[in-house]
Amino acid sequence: MSLRLFVPRDAGAIAVGADEVALALEQAASKRGLGIEIVRTGSRGMYWLEPLVEVATPQGRIAFGPVTEADVPSLLDALANNTPHLLRLGATDEIPWLKRQTRLTFARCGVIDPRSLDDYRAHGGYKGFERALSLGSDAILNEVTASGLRGRGGAGFPTGIKWKTVAQAKADRKFIVCNADEGDSGTFADRMIMEGDPFLVIEGMTIAGITVGATKGYIYTRSEYPHAIAAMNAAILAARRGGYLGSNIGGSAYSFDLEVRVGAGAYVCGEETALLESIEGRRGVVRAKPPLPAHYGLFGKPTAINNILSLAAIPFILAEGAKTYADYGMGRSRGTMPIQLAGNLRYGGLFETAFGVTLGELVDDIGGGTLTGRPVRAVQVGGPLGAYFPRALFDTPFDYEAFAARDGLIGHGGIVVFDDSVDMRKQARFAMEFCAIESCGKCTPCRIGSTRGVETIEKIINGERVSENLALVEDLCNTMKFGSLCALGGFTPYPVLSALKHFREDFAPVPTTLQAAE
Amino acid sequence: MTAVFEPWNETRGAEIIAEHANQEGATLVILHALQEAFGYVPEAAIPMVAQALTLSRAEVHGVFTFYHDFRHKPAGRHVLKLCRAEACQAAGGDALAARAEARLGVSLGNTTADDRVTLEPIYCLGLCATAPSAMLDGRLIGRLDQKRLDALVAEAQR
Repeated sequence: MSLRLFVPRDAGAIAVGADEVALALEQAASKRGLGIEIVRTGSRGMYWLEPLVEVATPQGRIAFGPVTEADVPSLLDALANNTPHLLRLGATDEIPWLKRQTRLTFARCGVIDPRSLDDYRAHGGYKGFERALSLGSDAILNEVTASGLRGRGGAGFPTGIKWKTVAQAKADRKFIVCNADEGDSGTFADRMIMEGDPFLVIEGMTIAGITVGATKGYIYTRSEYPHAIAAMNAAILAARRGGYLGSNIGGSAYSFDLEVRVGAGAYVCGEETALLESIEGRRGVVRAKPPLPAHYGLFGKPTAINNILSLAAIPFILAEGAKTYADYGMGRSRGTMPIQLAGNLRYGGLFETAFGVTLGELVDDIGGGTLTGRPVRAVQVGGPLGAYFPRALFDTPFDYEAFAARDGLIGHGGIVVFDDSVDMRKQARFAMEFCAIESCGKCTPCRIGSTRGVETIEKIINGERVSENLALVEDLCNTMKFGSLCALGGFTPYPVLSALKHFREDFAPVPTTLQAAE
Repeated sequence: MTAVFEPWNETRGAEIIAEHANQEGATLVILHALQEAFGYVPEAAIPMVAQALTLSRAEVHGVFTFYHDFRHKPAGRHVLKLCRAEACQAAGGDALAARAEARLGVSLGNTTADDRVTLEPIYCLGLCATAPSAMLDGRLIGRLDQKRLDALVAEAQR
């Protein structure tokens, strides 16, 4: 009997021992003379169950987790003799946390072997590309526009309109740039998709290329993601060998090729124009817009620069049709969003679902509340530039407009949960501090404002002229919000002002004996 | 595992630069390659990069200093990076960072006097659902707690 096992190679799983478990499984099986094949997949995104080991059965995959090296002998016993095991979770697809999701973008993540082009194709890969070839540029643009897909990096700009602008631009060269510079704390969807389904990214970018008339694409990602870089590079090689990158891709008249470029620890390079500067080999300094990258982008050429999650949504839209995608969602937020649940949470991980789910459902129900068991106090949505939401706003639906209406943003879909031990003064100071560290320095409100912000919040923390300094911080936030060149300086006020607004009690003046005497 | 770096050598440096110089916008690619080989970007390499790419020394220096990753001198034998971003803060990262600083006797961003360990902050390893997280010489560690941190510190000090 030969067993087919699946162990994630996802960095999040590796960080909690997946490599050790895979090795222990191999060694123990060979010692027993048990034939096993281990497929290293991406992660299913249920991180509290990692390392998650799955076994193929005639009834589908059965999951076990979280598995440690010490569990390996008993796990092999159970598998070989088909007996119960404490860590047995049943059929993977029936695990409620997974079952209640709508996985359109992440359908294959954790399922297939990310290094195998054949496996990708066997699971519906390149279906969108085939249809795109038969449709041609104009019809693809119509599909993408009709799907209602908006920028998943957080700005929410309609992808179809962006592509149309680039398609209409006349130039000798055009580029597709994939923004995989996932620097927001609490986000890991880009990393997961690159590690778990890299061909999806390649397919999405290729479709973008044939639509706008670009022959070269760049994937810009972070040096902090070595596993994702390796997975992407391996997939690019495999796609080239398989005729899906290079000249006459997939037997068509089109040419398209890709290259991975690695950042060097600068958060601001997630901003699209700073990212372009960085690929060009310069300091990641933000460019003033206009001109838009669609007209004057990478190396001065028309460039479609999209978030990786936008590009990863494209193959589904082309394969299944715009309507199927647009049928999910609410209001002007169509389709699904891969939401990332993180921080102090019992069930953290990747939850892809249609727009419209409320923050409360995500935190209390799906996330299961805090890991520490203490009450949830604050939830930061959308990364370091996102607002802190109190429990009172848990009815906010996950939707670009609904969050904006409450002075927040969904950003890249990261949700970081804090329990009641959080000191919101510290979080407000950190937001300014982070902006000061990461500011590109081009515009004054961001460069100077963030440093003054840190100093002023520190004064508040030390109890110095608290009400005057609070007013000063609010004023400074307004200057940064309206005067900054990009979202770094422009959105840093979100966490700061939301902390002030919703958690004012943390900023109250500390009563001193002097004040008491007055 | 400790990364083994070559000592700075001009001929080798020139080879590395030449290998990547034909790519469009090669500056970061070259700086990464130099640091991978030597463990840092030697000052002597900056004018070489500038010449190869027909840039001014100031431009290359500007790029080198802009990005947090690039080192102007070698790091300690081991590099322990602790994630200090919000998801890890929410999961108890502040206390762990303070503990690491106390155990190693250096603050974040510095190297121990014996050159054994460089302790650095990192802003997000993308392991936010298994926070707090760390990276020791390229190896990822999630669900960090006091015990695991102490073991990492001890490993780095060996």
